Amino acid sequence: MSPADLLGLFGHFLLLSLLAIGGAITTAPDMHRYLVTEHGWISDGQFTASIAMAQAAPGPNLLFVAVLGWNVAGPLGALATMTGILLPSTLLTLWATRWAQARRDTVGVRAFTAGMAPLTLGLLAATSWVLTQPFRLQPGAWVLLAVTVGLTLHTRISPLWMVGLGALAGGLGLV
Amino acid sequence: MQGFGGVLAVAQRELVERKRWLEHEEFLELLSVAQVLPGPNIVNLSMMIGDRWFGVRGAMAALAGMLTLPLLIVLVLASLYGRYESQPAVSGALRGMGVVAAGLVFATALKLLPTLRSNPLGRFSGLGFAAATTLAVTLLHWPLLWVIAGLGPLAIASAWRRLPR
Repeated sequence: MSPADLLGLFGHFLLLSLLAIGGAITTAPDMHRYLVTEHGWISDGQFTASIAMAQAAPGPNLLFVAVLGWNVAGPLGALATMTGILLPSTLLTLWATRWAQARRDTVGVRAFTAGMAPLTLGLLAATSWVLTQPFRLQPGAWVLLAVTVGLTLHTRISPLWMVGLGALAGGLGLV
Repeated sequence: MQGFGGVLAVAQRELVERKRWLEHEEFLELLSVAQVLPGPNIVNLSMMIGDRWFGVRGAMAALAGMLTLPLLIVLVLASLYGRYESQPAVSGALRGMGVVAAGLVFATALKLLPTLRSNPLGRFSGLGFAAATTLAVTLLHWPLLWVIAGLGPLAIASAWRRLPR
């Protein structure tokens, strides 16, 4: 990967950082568009695997961003995506928390919160759709997906067990 | 490090129940601000708490503490995966984990759905904005910037009109 590509990668994640309202995961569809569809740097399978790996490992789920960068361009790629996604939002958070703390009951702040909530929700739905890309034609995978959703909504089982179940089912060749 | 599959519950127990740095209400309030701000929620939250108690240095310490070790672990995993990718059991296991990841994200969306009911936008236009966002991103493949810059101001303006003053 050329230095120009690396810089482009960094720049794209800088931009995504400011758009990541509701968490970094809501920008996953756009990362997919940029990394897989537009540039072809990684495959659909690698994309979904990167997110799965970050969810299985300890630590914040944000780390999928580092894994994506790693899969695109090794250590330098991980550095580019992680600093890109963290820098703008970190500065903004420090500044905006103090600002909003003083004004949290004003109509402006409340209208912003209320207006952005449905967009966050829509982006989460889009993210899960993008993640299904590698297995859309496999009925077994849809069963596993339905089981995961059911367990999450109706029990308090830790997601870690479900990720383990997924690994087992996948390792045995069921999905 | 304890935050397998999401750090939020662990953070709540540590900060509110054990260290007593925050009241329950304060935690919820900070979390909702962290959720609105761009950037990863839990990272924002830890920085906000670090800042409140120890200033900017506290915020930076919280950020580093949250990320350093998990980052190393996940990158070691990623490089190991690169080496054993060709083993069918390994790639199969990761595919299975990917299915679960998709399910977990979808379930989170479903869990948040009822919050639209109390949104000042009203249930129908709330659902409308959510559906429009999903469609624009998945079917139309619009870049995220267009979607947020296009739909965001519309949604905020219509919430603004309906809020009591």
